Amino acid sequence: MEPLSWGAILVEILIRFTPVWIGMAAIFALSLTFKRRLGLYGKLFDSTIGMIGFAIVLFWVLTALFSNMIITHDPLVQVSGMKNKLPGTPVPEGTEGLGYYLLGGDNLARDVFSRMVAGSTIVMQIAPVATLFAFMVGITLGLPAAYYGGALDTFLSFLANLILAFPVILLFYLLVTPEIVATGLPTYMAAVLFLFPILFLVVLWNSRFFTQAGKRAAYISVTLVLGLWVYLGVAWNADPLGIISVPPNILIVFVSVVFVNAPTVFRIVRGIALDIKTRDYVAAAQTRGEGPWYTMLWEILPNARGPLIVDFCLRIGYTTILLGTLGFFGLGLAPESPDWGSTINDGRKLLSIYPHPALAPALALMSLVLGLNLLADGLREESLKD
Amino acid sequence: MGLFILRRIVIMILTALCLTFIVFVLTNLQPNLEKLAKTQGNVRMTDEQVATWLEMNGYTDPMLSRYGQWLGLLPGWTREDAEGNVTGRCISRDVPADVAPERCGVLQGDWGWSTVLRDEVSAIIGTRLGLTGILMFWVMLLMVPMALIMGVLAGMREGSRLDRSLSTVSIASTATPEYVSGVILIAVFASSAVGLKWFKGTATSAMDGITFENFTLPVVTIALYGMGYIARMTRASMTEVMTAQYIRTARLKGVSFPNIVLKHALRNALIAPFTVIMLQIPWLLNGVVIVETLFNYKGFGWTLVQAASNNDIELLLGCSVVAVVVVLVTQLISDVGYIFLNPRIRIS
Repeated sequence: MEPLSWGAILVEILIRFTPVWIGMAAIFALSLTFKRRLGLYGKLFDSTIGMIGFAIVLFWVLTALFSNMIITHDPLVQVSGMKNKLPGTPVPEGTEGLGYYLLGGDNLARDVFSRMVAGSTIVMQIAPVATLFAFMVGITLGLPAAYYGGALDTFLSFLANLILAFPVILLFYLLVTPEIVATGLPTYMAAVLFLFPILFLVVLWNSRFFTQAGKRAAYISVTLVLGLWVYLGVAWNADPLGIISVPPNILIVFVSVVFVNAPTVFRIVRGIALDIKTRDYVAAAQTRGEGPWYTMLWEILPNARGPLIVDFCLRIGYTTILLGTLGFFGLGLAPESPDWGSTINDGRKLLSIYPHPALAPALALMSLVLGLNLLADGLREESLKD
Repeated sequence: MGLFILRRIVIMILTALCLTFIVFVLTNLQPNLEKLAKTQGNVRMTDEQVATWLEMNGYTDPMLSRYGQWLGLLPGWTREDAEGNVTGRCISRDVPADVAPERCGVLQGDWGWSTVLRDEVSAIIGTRLGLTGILMFWVMLLMVPMALIMGVLAGMREGSRLDRSLSTVSIASTATPEYVSGVILIAVFASSAVGLKWFKGTATSAMDGITFENFTLPVVTIALYGMGYIARMTRASMTEVMTAQYIRTARLKGVSFPNIVLKHALRNALIAPFTVIMLQIPWLLNGVVIVETLFNYKGFGWTLVQAASNNDIELLLGCSVVAVVVVLVTQLISDVGYIFLNPRIRIS
């Protein structure tokens, strides 16, 4: 068979992404129709930049969801004779899947296109959840630091600055190498960090329904049962039902990313809370006799949501960059893993002769982070309007 | 003011102590020490040989005592083997046992010995920092003026087409981490596949002599990532200044627009970016690590990666001290500089 021309490659790739196009069209049509009823999310569709950013992010989310339908070959299978082949090269007769390597083969003769698509799944699994965890940790520690001040604030701020004074890469090397993993340190860190979301939710319900004993008990018990079940499975790999388990190296990557992000979130939350603390409605709540946690979680936090949502989008992008950094140094994930950082790291050795294996994941990563940044920019613009 | 700086310096020393202690503990965990023993001695060592090696090289003392030795607060370890040869922390080929000092640590100016690069840590860090300093100098020279010009141009007329396009460019630049832009730049400008071949894809030769050909790509790669952020901060500060009362007055007086921007707005708009630029330097350190690895330029970042991946304890401690000093000194300079630049702020 003849190799495909660039135009034919492009058409073929666009066809492969069909499920994504359908999904995007459906979501955009629905959102545009009902945009006046959707609050801040609906307002996003008033700003061009925000819409472009949202489209890019949505593209990658859907790609991650439908990656099994999009990939043309198994991302881990090597096809002999396809080593470092250029984009559009036909595969030998009798190989499973499409008849071409759309974006060429890498130095182990695997399909670059399929690896890039499969990599999006890994990034989408880790980055948003890790960012959410970092936010839970940052909020749970940042609010009391700002609210109470004093020694607690000094101590927590010192800790945050200490972690931030570490060069990120040194921290990754110290946490993620196999020798440290053998000591079980990441598991202990996971055990501590993963307690925060449960703690956060329990305090959240407790302070809200303090006067309604029935509701309070119901919410807290559901949170505790579900939370501890997930906690046992994720942090200790000891789920009694055996349903939830996380591969150890993904857990380590997850923990180190949360650990690096949490201090920055802490500082942001603390800064905003220090400002909001002086407002009249906080004083009103205190005069009403509300408890400190109610004031923090139900008076201060909701009023800090604007900047926090914007930062959340930016931070997912930054987390994606951090994941790529880990992969770039070959830390954490398995070497054959198709995540973008590891693929870039694989490809960079032969960069000046065969740039295509590294270029595809590099552009993918860049577009996702760019989309998140544009989305954050649009959100910021729209949330400032009212 | 003096008290403020003094307090900051005390915090700095405290942070450096905590940080080095954490690094010390993590690098001295048992599996790390075993790996070190095997890379230093022999890969096929048995468990007993590993234990003896660790014992003879002073790695079995309690953790706190060894941290004290590294600091130079406690006397260095000494061991005597079966033939009566005395070895010790402060004893080396040049310094025999009978003249060796009792303590040798950071306080005595001895930063220790790098096990992977086989040289004095202070000498390694000195030369490597020099190389990174050259890189940073060129990065700053490219990044700062470009970022300021972009920010001022974007911020002087908020919402204009120029503002929109420059803001998008700066968002795109912050969205491109060094390992992505480096890969793209090498692929476009240095690979035989595209065929431009204007620059070299490695900067190894730049360590002997910098040329336009071998140093452009690393400098541009680092500068690109940092530029967007500074430009956006400059834009924000510029738009704020442009809405100030005195700018309106100047406009109503009939001052020409270029004059307003250059003479009235610019100086006030540049206070905030100064802080941002100082705080950006520790971030650049990260970029330096990635870029030096990507372009094989053996500076400080490359050394950090070598030390970390080979568990070179004393070199890693030296590197962390340098890193923490860079972070905290730039913070201090940005705070102090801000006070000097902005007379409205007072510390009391």
